[in-house]
Amino acid sequence: MLAYIVRRLLYALPILIGVNLVTFALFFVVNTPDDMARMQLGVKRVTPEAIEKWKVERGYDKPLMFNSAANGVSTVTDTIFFEKSARMFVGDFGRAEDGRDIAREIGNRMLPSLAIALPTFILGLFVTITFALTLAFFRATAFDFWGIVLCVAAMSISGLFYIIGGQYLISKVWRLVPISGFGDGLEAWRFLILPVLIGVVSGIGSSTRWYRTIFLEEVSKDYVRTARAKGLPETLVFFRHILRNALIPILTGIVVVIPMLFMGSLLTESFFGIPGLGSYTIDAINAQDFSVVRSMVFIGSVLYIVGLILTDISYTLVDPRIRFE
Amino acid sequence: MMGFQIVVLWSDVLIWLLVAAGLGVGVLIAKTPPLLAAWRRVGANRVGMASATVLLVFVLIGLLDSLHYRAQLESKAGQKAVYAIEVLSVLDALAAPLRSRNEKTYSAPFATRLYAKETIDLPGQGAVRDYPRLKHGGKHLGEREDEVAEDAAFTAFKAGVLSFVAWLGVFAAVATVNRKKSPKMKLREAAFAWDAVLLTLLLILLIAVPLFWLSGHYHVFGTDKVGQDVLYQILKSVRTGLIIGLVTTLVMLPMAVLLGIVAGYFRGWVDDLIQYLYTVLNSIPGVLLIAAAVLMMQVVIDTHPEWFSTAAERADLRLLALCFILGITSWTGLCRLLRGETLKLRELEYIQAAQAFGVSSWRIIVRHILPNLMHIVIIALVMDFSGLVLAEAVLSYVGIGVDPTMTSFGTMINNARMELGREPVVWWSLVAAFAAMFILVLAANLFADAVRDAFDPRAA
Repeated sequence: MLAYIVRRLLYALPILIGVNLVTFALFFVVNTPDDMARMQLGVKRVTPEAIEKWKVERGYDKPLMFNSAANGVSTVTDTIFFEKSARMFVGDFGRAEDGRDIAREIGNRMLPSLAIALPTFILGLFVTITFALTLAFFRATAFDFWGIVLCVAAMSISGLFYIIGGQYLISKVWRLVPISGFGDGLEAWRFLILPVLIGVVSGIGSSTRWYRTIFLEEVSKDYVRTARAKGLPETLVFFRHILRNALIPILTGIVVVIPMLFMGSLLTESFFGIPGLGSYTIDAINAQDFSVVRSMVFIGSVLYIVGLILTDISYTLVDPRIRFE
Repeated sequence: MMGFQIVVLWSDVLIWLLVAAGLGVGVLIAKTPPLLAAWRRVGANRVGMASATVLLVFVLIGLLDSLHYRAQLESKAGQKAVYAIEVLSVLDALAAPLRSRNEKTYSAPFATRLYAKETIDLPGQGAVRDYPRLKHGGKHLGEREDEVAEDAAFTAFKAGVLSFVAWLGVFAAVATVNRKKSPKMKLREAAFAWDAVLLTLLLILLIAVPLFWLSGHYHVFGTDKVGQDVLYQILKSVRTGLIIGLVTTLVMLPMAVLLGIVAGYFRGWVDDLIQYLYTVLNSIPGVLLIAAAVLMMQVVIDTHPEWFSTAAERADLRLLALCFILGITSWTGLCRLLRGETLKLRELEYIQAAQAFGVSSWRIIVRHILPNLMHIVIIALVMDFSGLVLAEAVLSYVGIGVDPTMTSFGTMINNARMELGREPVVWWSLVAAFAAMFILVLAANLFADAVRDAFDPRAA
């Protein structure tokens, strides 16, 4: 098992290097640091001296990948690639435009992101699985039909509508909870209820349909027929046999998103003013802070790859037929 | 008749290319019995055909909006012709009253007065603070301002009757053709779901015709902050949504199909390389990759203003760049599916027979493998469309979507979002944008389901 995990981790390394190279190419080769400087300083009326100063301040004045002016190891290390891209592997993300350390900022913002994402994820999973199981239980009835109609309609509504509509109705008209903001410690719950609720509701449509298909696939299998032939009542067939077996594809399918919960949600966080990683990213995009966007791309990829590894491990855990090879 | 200069935007080229490709594929399908049978199953699906009718209306609006020109400005005789800097489309010309009859600022649907109070000079009474009368909305009513409801209802009724008569004509035509083709069969028993199409058509006519009739006298969906008619904005947004949904697939399709099949067929290091490529691209969170690429694109656009002669061309390039980036982030799923399926297909006897006969690899791929993957490609195409339309709205909100000057559902929602805080609430722009988007996406989703049911061999 341990050897398997180590091998998977080693396999992840070339992928991370690939991600790093892609982002490097996107941020430094497609666009030169001069372009970035012009963008930040304003396109018009910018002097070459100002651009040079901007580059020196941020260490963008170095050669891209190979410094022929330096000697020894520093021909490779004294370059933009090493300083800005390669050092991300050890968690050194440099500074944002406002001079703050990005790594520390990310550390501070992970918790608020998780405070929204984790309850949304767990509650959402519970609600959709329950709903999908009910639909599958009453399959081919009017209830199932209208449930599916509801799901397709819910899928077709823009995620923005759920957020804007929810905020307007619950916070502005009914004045039940604050529209946006975030508090420290336990006080935060008043701010969390609405985003979590909206997150759950907006996910119902597509997930329910997906899970219902999985349940229906199980329903037509032989072991279910056997269970019925034994004389088990339908409820018992569902809860003891179908639910358990269908949970395998469902759970292994969602393991990949668990690490991504740290990244938070761009939309929810920016609408509700939550100081998490999602709103950090949005602010960076709007302020065109390239170093923050670059760091978030890297962290996102790391978390995704962790998710992939967890998925593989979870497969081997739930299905004894799969071996570590 | 004033002269005009035809402007061909890159997105126009692509969208008409898509229409041509669609027709080509149609001919190809007609010659391929299994595909034709599958499309016949789609045609028999009532929900599928009803949604296809709705989609067709959207596509028609989008196509009308994809023929661009620049109108000639009035100039003295003998002078060289000067063309307006504004790029218009055929849709703009058809909806000219909607486009030009702007108010000063917000006004509610069917309002005759502005949303905000202003100081007005009344003859004989001096300056008064009141809601000023709209310049265009309900102008024909003159002094009888309080009769809006009666007038609107009467106009809508007239238009409704007219559209019903028109529909009866269509109905009679379809019924006659059907009777000629199969004399014994009633319309609702026909192999093609004519009843669903006709019913949807009736519904569309009953809503659209009165709406357009009324829009000549009122702002049926109100006006926005700068006084532009919301209905006009909705019409313009359709093209943006369609381009995002369709051109993106055009970008992603060649990559996904080629790489997926090649990886599955040749295996070995080719497979490893392609798998590596899509795992890398997949592991970068989509939104962030799009954000990074759009930011970069914006830098390029801003530093090269000399490339574009009009603002429309600049916005158009950004739209295409967005499609391109969305395509790059979304091809991996289809590629993986195709790779897996090709791995299975290449072990089948008929492929092995072809190999034994010495048929070249490319010929095997094109003649024997590709046709057997078509159902996956078609299902993936229709399933992706609705997701892309929804994604546009979110991306535009985040600030990495289409150019802010380009009308789209996303920019409409983004502009209207702030107005919910006003008192009284300015709700119409937001509701209209969400409703139009909902109808488009719902129709696309339902159509995609019908296509999947017809093409997926497992579903039968």
